[in-house]
Amino acid sequence: MKLELLMQKLLAAARANPPADRVPYKFEQRIMARLKEQPALDLAALWARALWRAVAPCAVVAVLIGLLSFAGNGSNPASNPAGETPDFSQHFESVMLADVGEPNEDVW
Amino acid sequence: MERSDAEYIALVLKGDAASFEPLVQKYSPRLFATARRYARRESEIEDIVQEVWLKAFHKLSSFRGDAPFEHWLMRLAVRTCYDFLRGHQRNREANFTDLTEPESDWLEQFVAQPESAGEDAAAAKQLVARLLEQLSPPARLVITLLEIEDRSVKEIAQLTGWSVPLVKVRAFRARAEMKKLLARLAQEKYL
Repeated sequence: MKLELLMQKLLAAARANPPADRVPYKFEQRIMARLKEQPALDLAALWARALWRAVAPCAVVAVLIGLLSFAGNGSNPASNPAGETPDFSQHFESVMLADVGEPNEDVW
Repeated sequence: MERSDAEYIALVLKGDAASFEPLVQKYSPRLFATARRYARRESEIEDIVQEVWLKAFHKLSSFRGDAPFEHWLMRLAVRTCYDFLRGHQRNREANFTDLTEPESDWLEQFVAQPESAGEDAAAAKQLVARLLEQLSPPARLVITLLEIEDRSVKEIAQLTGWSVPLVKVRAFRARAEMKKLLARLAQEKYL
């Protein structure tokens, strides 16, 4: 069985019979109607899409901060000459909420 | 006087959506011919072409104008057809048991006298369509563009967005896939 020749014959058959370029009746009008149906710019949808895209990065940042916070709690107190345990979560919260809470000298 | 593609595109980008219609009229026959290479049902073909035009309209601002509009449109068309093939690959049939009588006769004629089997026969056309439907999406796309439409590897790379080495690798695998199918066909029909 000459498979290579059979393949060439079949490919030649495909080349010899190009598909029709017939366009269905009133196709252009249907396309233009579809284009007019579509809203030009939906700002609410764009904003919602952006928010959904931000979910994953925000979750990653939250997890990383959580991990850093736990790692900070477990650090060696001997490395601090003042004898205070460095607490990342306390520092982070103080910095992030500095403007929100009441004025507190201990924050800085 | 008829406007050029670039003039119509500029008008559409300025907000005159109606100027898109002459482009749809001009290039739809080409798009239908392309879509008919990858889909069989007329409803699927129309869906593909409609998707190409909707994409073209929404992405028109990304058309830079350094190549003809037709080339840009054909890239969209080929990629849409490829997406269609990937979305419908589960529908691929996996046997040659239901060959029609003219198809079987054509194959028998080929076995008896390979040179006399006509390439212009309707049965050969049906047989090759059946064969192409059983190829994987990348194999079907590359065989169609390279062997049937007679395009160069570089052109295929531009149309598909694949690299030149990837086109070559996929072409090699596609020919192997097609030969494997033909070998199975030969085995099933006891040729």
